[in-house]
Amino acid sequence: MNFLYAAYAATWIIHITYLATLVRRYNRLRKEIEDLKKN
Amino acid sequence: MKKAFPVLAILTAILLSYALYEALVVAPTEQTMGDVQRIFYYHVPSAWTAFLLFLINFIASVVYLIRRNPAADIVALVTAEVGVVFCTVVLVTGPLWARPVWGIWWTWDIRLTSTLVLWLIYISYLMLRRFSTSGQTPVLAAALAVFGALDVPLVYFSIWIFRTQHPQPVIGGGGSIDPVMLHILLINWAAFLCLATLMCWSRYRLEIVQREVEDTQAQESLVAPGGSR
Repeated sequence: MNFLYAAYAATWIIHITYLATLVRRYNRLRKEIEDLKKN
Repeated sequence: MKKAFPVLAILTAILLSYALYEALVVAPTEQTMGDVQRIFYYHVPSAWTAFLLFLINFIASVVYLIRRNPAADIVALVTAEVGVVFCTVVLVTGPLWARPVWGIWWTWDIRLTSTLVLWLIYISYLMLRRFSTSGQTPVLAAALAVFGALDVPLVYFSIWIFRTQHPQPVIGGGGSIDPVMLHILLINWAAFLCLATLMCWSRYRLEIVQREVEDTQAQESLVAPGGSR
């Protein structure tokens, strides 16, 4: 059972990590757009 | 299109929750392997999703090489990135299944090795796109993707062509699968396809905005006092 839960948890950790990187990239891009508007 | 995204996100969340419930609770326990066999409901759909994304990457790369269409270049980049995510899931869940069933985490079997090579090819593709500053990067990446895609049929058909320790394919492999298990497998695949679509959609929009910002920054640097103009 431990291997089963480890596999399911690993799958979700990988997906959530990727989604978190997308959110981080969106936030960085939003900041760049705000800087461009200020200039 | 803006309204479709949250609808798809909600649908995906419901489908993923339902698929998880079906895999852990409803699916019958396999007689010889026991509960660890349920890893199959995440491992196999992840592999199918990765193969599909790499196939789209191949088609988009060929289109880019022929027509130099920027949209095809973005599709190729996005599908490679999300494909690597799903291929990583395959490479992590596989050993977690193999350890209790085979007694080993990894073996240099043709199926496992070719999958690892496939993952490394697309990692190198993404690194090329990330770190190369050449104007020819999209062309080089597309060429790499075309050759890299040759590994996909090798991975898929290796268990027919070579003697391998890996289990035979679920569909078309000559074996039989419980109809309930097959149904749950397909539900999980549908859920992962929805998740992959959401990821690709978000990444595609991000890439378009990023390229627009880079173009604007380049124009600003040209017109700014002290710029190169």
